[in-house]
Amino acid sequence: MNAPVKIETTLKDWETDQEVRWCPGCGDYAILKAVQRTLPQLGADPAKTVFISGIGCSSRFPYYMESYGFHTIHGRAPAVATGVKLANPELDIWLVTGDGDGLSIGGNHLMHVLRRNVNMQIMLFNNEIYGLTKGQASPTSREGTRSPSSPLGSVDHPAKPAAFALGAGARFVGRGFDVSKHLPDVLKAAHAHQGAAFIEIFQNCIVYNKDVFDDFAAPKGAEDRQLWLEDGKPMLFAGETKGIALDRDALELKVVDVADGDWEAAGVLVHDVTKRQVAHMLVDMPFGPFPMALGVLYDDPRPTFESAVIAEREQASAGKEANLAKLLAKGQTWTVSGTAQDPI
Amino acid sequence: MANAAAATPQDGATQTAADAKAESGLDSVVVRFAGDSGDGMQLTGGQFTLSTALAGNDLATFPDFPAEIRAPQGTLFGVSAFQINFGSRAIHTAGDAPDVLVAMNPAALKTNLAALKPGGLVIADTGAFTKRNLDKAKYDSNPLEDGSLAKFDLLAFDISEKTIEAVKPFGLGNKDALRSKNMWTLGLALWMFDRPREPIHNWLKSKFAKAPDIADANIAALDAGHAYGETAELSGPQGNVFRQLHVDPVESEPGLYRTVTGAEAVSLGLVAGAQLAELPMFFGGYPITPASAILHHLARLKEFGVTTFQAEDEIAAVCAAIGASYAGQLGVTSSSGPGIALKTEAIGLGIMTELPLVIVNSQRGGPSTGLPTKTEQSDLYQAVYGRNGDAPMPVIAARSPSDAFEVAIEACRIAVEYMTPVMLLTDGYIANAAEPWKVPDPADFAPFPAEFLDTPNDGENFLPYKRDQKGARPWVKPGTPGLLHRIGGIEKHETTGNIDYSPDNHQRMTDARKNKVENIAVPDQQVALGEKTGTLAVVGWGSTYGPIHQAVRRSIAKGHSVSHIHVRHIWPLPGNLGELLMGFDHVLVPEMNTGQFKTVLRDQFLVDATPLTKTSGQPFQIAELEAAIAKYFDGIDGNEGGQVKVNEQQLPSTEVDG
Repeated sequence: MNAPVKIETTLKDWETDQEVRWCPGCGDYAILKAVQRTLPQLGADPAKTVFISGIGCSSRFPYYMESYGFHTIHGRAPAVATGVKLANPELDIWLVTGDGDGLSIGGNHLMHVLRRNVNMQIMLFNNEIYGLTKGQASPTSREGTRSPSSPLGSVDHPAKPAAFALGAGARFVGRGFDVSKHLPDVLKAAHAHQGAAFIEIFQNCIVYNKDVFDDFAAPKGAEDRQLWLEDGKPMLFAGETKGIALDRDALELKVVDVADGDWEAAGVLVHDVTKRQVAHMLVDMPFGPFPMALGVLYDDPRPTFESAVIAEREQASAGKEANLAKLLAKGQTWTVSGTAQDPI
Repeated sequence: MANAAAATPQDGATQTAADAKAESGLDSVVVRFAGDSGDGMQLTGGQFTLSTALAGNDLATFPDFPAEIRAPQGTLFGVSAFQINFGSRAIHTAGDAPDVLVAMNPAALKTNLAALKPGGLVIADTGAFTKRNLDKAKYDSNPLEDGSLAKFDLLAFDISEKTIEAVKPFGLGNKDALRSKNMWTLGLALWMFDRPREPIHNWLKSKFAKAPDIADANIAALDAGHAYGETAELSGPQGNVFRQLHVDPVESEPGLYRTVTGAEAVSLGLVAGAQLAELPMFFGGYPITPASAILHHLARLKEFGVTTFQAEDEIAAVCAAIGASYAGQLGVTSSSGPGIALKTEAIGLGIMTELPLVIVNSQRGGPSTGLPTKTEQSDLYQAVYGRNGDAPMPVIAARSPSDAFEVAIEACRIAVEYMTPVMLLTDGYIANAAEPWKVPDPADFAPFPAEFLDTPNDGENFLPYKRDQKGARPWVKPGTPGLLHRIGGIEKHETTGNIDYSPDNHQRMTDARKNKVENIAVPDQQVALGEKTGTLAVVGWGSTYGPIHQAVRRSIAKGHSVSHIHVRHIWPLPGNLGELLMGFDHVLVPEMNTGQFKTVLRDQFLVDATPLTKTSGQPFQIAELEAAIAKYFDGIDGNEGGQVKVNEQQLPSTEVDG
């Protein structure tokens, strides 16, 4: 249902006349460009594309996209988007949210849009901080994060967005980061997926949480700590000198060395995007001992919510006449004849 | 609605069932069925209502059930009651004190006896007055035997035993057989008031179509109760012999009738409203008492282009409705006070983005969880004022179950024509109560088709916030080529809709939103009863219509200069209302809150409106209002208005914990 007719556009066609107001150097600029670069490649129709967001730095996104857009309220974008999609399933919806908007105030709605499987792309910009409100710790902030609201360091355990999504029943989980050249590929795969496609995008907040992802997302030099997953391809990283294998005794993943490119000998797993259990292990891999799993971690579609709602409505309506006069007179009725006196 | 010429003081508190028996044709009768929440009293009441409607009486009902789903059997707080007032004249309320009380167990007797008129009739099931049940109801001795009911008439016999006997041929165990007790009682009541049994037979057959044995057993119980009335010589301790009481059909406007509850009428009105707007309807809801019934009704009307969405919470329900409106459908959401509170931020978004949205608030009592199953009118401030920022929103209120149909249509009209959220106020009483309804013809309502913009509205340019003469901005469906734009909750430029925080723009946008709502075309206020000027105007809104109307009618009959004004359009108020009120020396505002509409009237018209308040979760009684009106004519200064006390005669019963 996503953009059945391919429309020819360029990156410029997707830019609005509005001045972009993110801080200079913000990772959001790179994500905006990646999206504007991807949509022409998808043949997306700006008139049928709707960007829907909540509140936060990331949620300014719709104002910069020359399409339809709805900047809603804090955390509620998934609920608004669900109503839009049910009312018009032809629309191609991109949801834009952040770690505070999507996992804190809007965690409930994010969970339900994923488990219902409403067909849309959900981009969660994770910068592990509240940016727009000037730097408080967020639900994804690492323990010990010093911020105006946690001057001695945060003490709460962070949520993992991709693990949350998978746990909520998402049928597509992808990961990328702002300046990655692979981000458009993840977006394209998400768009091709019929159903709720969740993409966690690590985004550098250069003012309040600068370079926290540098260990794997630095523009240069961090490639060895990135595990880019591809369906049907072995899970190799660090210039194919290392791979991910299954420790069959412990039933957990392990990093193995790959000698002379012989990954099979090293027991390296071949990525199968439909394997849910493996996806659970990939989103849970602790970064440090392991690389950061990026790309399409999981992709196994099932029927969408809106298609089920429409099918149910059609089935329930089949053979029934929508006659209001008959509906009003339904049930046991009686007729009064004669003349009224003093009707009120 | 019906002939009201026969309204005489005889339906006042002095008439007794014994008096009534002497008459061949009764004016009106109030019957209350009370039993354990497992005894099926709401069902019994509902079926008695149907049969009464089919007999051609006007009627009003008051269902009252415990907040607990399955309260422990036999307890005082587990009593469920259903009151019906029916008559050969126009009925506007569920009645003041009952003439007849059917008590299925000791707890039901204890919690409801205070309400019964002196000389009223108690029908009791002796089979349920066991030591155990008497203990649970905190009776030291059996009231059926200790003479404590001397001032009433009493019909006490073993309904349990007679039911078991009647359904014996169907081979049910005692426990199952006793479940038909309510049908036996209903049968007796049908005999007593000369009601037809056939509609109940038909209903039982269709309800138990898959279990004909159960249907037959219930029918046998019903018929046995009826036959008992017919054949047994029923006499009470005072030696009165009970005969059938006949209540003549009411003189009603000719036409087709049915019974309707407020929740049904709102649902049907919303469907009608969407059709008149030529829009599919999207209903986002979340379960909450007493509003859920609307979700339940609409979920079965998919063939009318209705999509119902049970959301994860109240906020998602309203947000999804806003999303659907944005995409070009008529978004509707519904809840009760606590749920409306949760939706409030999103309602502000609807006001800011100027999208149509209907919000139904079935009010219940109290702050927080309050009284979920009881009625109150205490969300008026919430509806009119309860949002952050200057966030004007139209508010309209239904006065009765049948009125809710028209009011729902009106809410849809305002939402679509003015591109605004609209709040429709009903309450727990209106939602649950039933009354006869002359089935309307949809063709009698003027259509208000929604218009969608699909070409630029400013020469070559498209301006998403350029307003029409009514002050409404254009509605553009996403998917429309050439009209791409962005909307949101941030203040926006007065024509382009782009983000704009500048001081002069915010001033103009605040004014534009305010002016749009204040200039909504609202019909002039009519006087419901009485003259257009005079000594006293009794001004009501919502479900107080019935008792105010009857109280004013009686006061006029006594020669008082009093009029009833009932306001549907709470915000904006009818343009002539201020002037109308100035034509009266006094303005009394009875409300089931601490005086909220009174505040609005004072603020808007500088009128000396006096509050008459009642916040016991009980509706006003006619007699209470009549007494309040009389204080304007008693020559004593300074005793007007005030608070109406808790009323022991009324549902919900006051005695629940012994």
